Amino acid sequence: MAERILLVDDEKDFLDIMSERLKYRGMDVATAGSAREAISKIALESYDVIVLDLQMQEMDGLEALKVLRTVKPELQVILLTGHVTLEKGVEAMKLGAMDLMEKPADIAILEDKIRRAHARKMILVEKQTEARVNEIILNKGW
Amino acid sequence: MKLEFERFMPKFWEYRDVASGPFRALFDFRKIWKQAVFLCAGVALTPLILMALIDYNVTQKAIESEILLRTSRLVSNERRAISFFLEERKFALDFVVHDNPYDTLKDTARLETILENLKKSLGGFSDLGVIDSSGIQVNYAGSYRLLGVDYRRHDWFRQVMEKGVYISDVFLGLRNAPHFVIALKHLLPNGDSFILRSSLDMERFQKILSQMELEPSGDAVIINRSGVLQTPSRYFHDIFSRIPFAIPDFSSTTQVYQTSDSKGRIYVIGYAYIVDTPFILMVTKQKNELMKPWFKTRLHLVAFLAVSIVGILAVIIGVATYLVNHMYMADQKRVMTLHQVEYANKLASIGRLAAGVAHEINNPLAIINEKAGLIKDILTFRSDCAVDAKFVGLVDSILSSVERCGAITRRLLGFARHMEVRIQKVSIRDIIQDVIGFLGKEAEYKSIVVSADIPEEIPEFESDRGKLQQIFLNLVNNAFAAMNEGGHLKIAVAAVPEKSVSVSVSDDGCGISDADLKRVFEPFFTTKSRTGGTGLGLSITYGLVQELGGDIQVESAVGKGTRFIVTLPLIREPQISEQKKGDVDAGIVG
Repeated sequence: MAERILLVDDEKDFLDIMSERLKYRGMDVATAGSAREAISKIALESYDVIVLDLQMQEMDGLEALKVLRTVKPELQVILLTGHVTLEKGVEAMKLGAMDLMEKPADIAILEDKIRRAHARKMILVEKQTEARVNEIILNKGW
Repeated sequence: MKLEFERFMPKFWEYRDVASGPFRALFDFRKIWKQAVFLCAGVALTPLILMALIDYNVTQKAIESEILLRTSRLVSNERRAISFFLEERKFALDFVVHDNPYDTLKDTARLETILENLKKSLGGFSDLGVIDSSGIQVNYAGSYRLLGVDYRRHDWFRQVMEKGVYISDVFLGLRNAPHFVIALKHLLPNGDSFILRSSLDMERFQKILSQMELEPSGDAVIINRSGVLQTPSRYFHDIFSRIPFAIPDFSSTTQVYQTSDSKGRIYVIGYAYIVDTPFILMVTKQKNELMKPWFKTRLHLVAFLAVSIVGILAVIIGVATYLVNHMYMADQKRVMTLHQVEYANKLASIGRLAAGVAHEINNPLAIINEKAGLIKDILTFRSDCAVDAKFVGLVDSILSSVERCGAITRRLLGFARHMEVRIQKVSIRDIIQDVIGFLGKEAEYKSIVVSADIPEEIPEFESDRGKLQQIFLNLVNNAFAAMNEGGHLKIAVAAVPEKSVSVSVSDDGCGISDADLKRVFEPFFTTKSRTGGTGLGLSITYGLVQELGGDIQVESAVGKGTRFIVTLPLIREPQISEQKKGDVDAGIVG
């Protein structure tokens, strides 16, 4: 099953190329040019992994991360950004980002991280499903 | 010679602070030195010299007056002795004329007996003569044949007839030996008179003078009222010659004065007129001789003064040089500090600029990276493109260049990060946990077990949070790079009471060889060149620890692991570069 990915970056060039590259690697890639667009897309569609830029106009990546994690806690977020301070990095980790990479990034490593994130999400979803099934079984008395 | 002199010149001597503008005078150390030296020398030496001068004068005057007094005393004593000698002989003659009737005195035998008795008892008498009132010598006892000599026209005869007593100057006379005469007039009951005249030799007279206690240069003479020497002189001329000085004015008391001779020698002269005689007693002393003890004292005084002046000047110059040199050094330190601050500010600006540039470059760099990557992807993944190995090579070259550029921008950001120090209360626990949290994912991928042992009692301390994070991030990153899957990383914090805190970061990785161990903190030393290490990580870490006033040690064994121990002070000493605080974001050096 192809990984459904949402790339969020306010740099259109970067967005286009990166999505194409990831598509070459067999991923299902959607893009958002801003944090707001990403938030609205999340509501409509389901994604496995979000690759998020930290430094964006309008809404900052960290804020977007907060919103995304509240809306869909099971979302795996990988931060892909230019220069980042340690404080911001730590904060992002605390907010539940799965990983952080600095631009320019090695696509192979990014790919590896996306796949790990996807696997993790699968496990999470599986666990959630299992919990739900168990809950239903318990409640319904099956 | 000049070079030799320059070696002793203090450093501030040639210093001119051209940059201090209107306050230049404050930094003219040579002037300050001169002012200090002259002021101190003036204050110290003026009273000294003044006191020395006063003492010099007072002592000199005291010695001079002592000399005069001594001379005066000596002259007085001698005058008394001479007067007494003359009086004695006068009284003796007086006694003779009273004791012997005129007729007896005309008896030659009797006169000779009297002379003999006088010679025996008093001495000094060489003959006796009796002269009647008409001036004819009527009797004579002595070694010359003077009986019947007519003295009527002689001056001394007139004088004795008038005054009753006569003492003559010293003269040679018939006997051709210096002698003088005492003559007495005696009134007879019948109204007539006669004269008893005696010649006195100079032997006894001179004996009195020669017994005087005189300095070797001193001289005692008797002169008559015309200034003619009556006795031989030690230093002046022969008897009967004139003294080389003016005849002193008459005075009934002893007088002392100073005068100089034609050769410029100064003499102290004491004199006394001997009453009822033509004689003046005169004592001369060479002043130079008398002042000899004073010259010695004076030499001591001057030598002491000179030594004192030299000593005081040496101390003043020494102290002034020392102090002004210290001022100069302090000023140099100040100037250096200013320059350092300026330099630090400049570096900080460059850092900010570099950070800005690096930041701006990173984005296009990312685009180049992605586009080149895309080209590679197209060449790799799409079958409709004829794959030319040359294209792939070119793209790979672009990608590796981009990676190099990335490393450079990160280094620039790290450099900018270096410039700033932000001091705040930090908790080492939080910092280490942040670092572990940050690198936790990587540890997870590599299956590295990270453990931290941080005792509760470690206090918070003032330091730079960002720098500390950077330090431990670098150390942990290094440890990760050294370990394979399943490695163990241990971070342990220990407190050194009241002084410092030590943090050890140990891994069980590949370790560092002894040869490399010595060089790990050198810039550009790397064993990871093939995997993209810049060789700056540990060098930067070392620099950061130093900036925080700490110390970093490394222990390692090949195949067993490596341990870095960072010791940080709990109490910081302020650093110059902190004076300027900027706002550049802290960066992570990869």
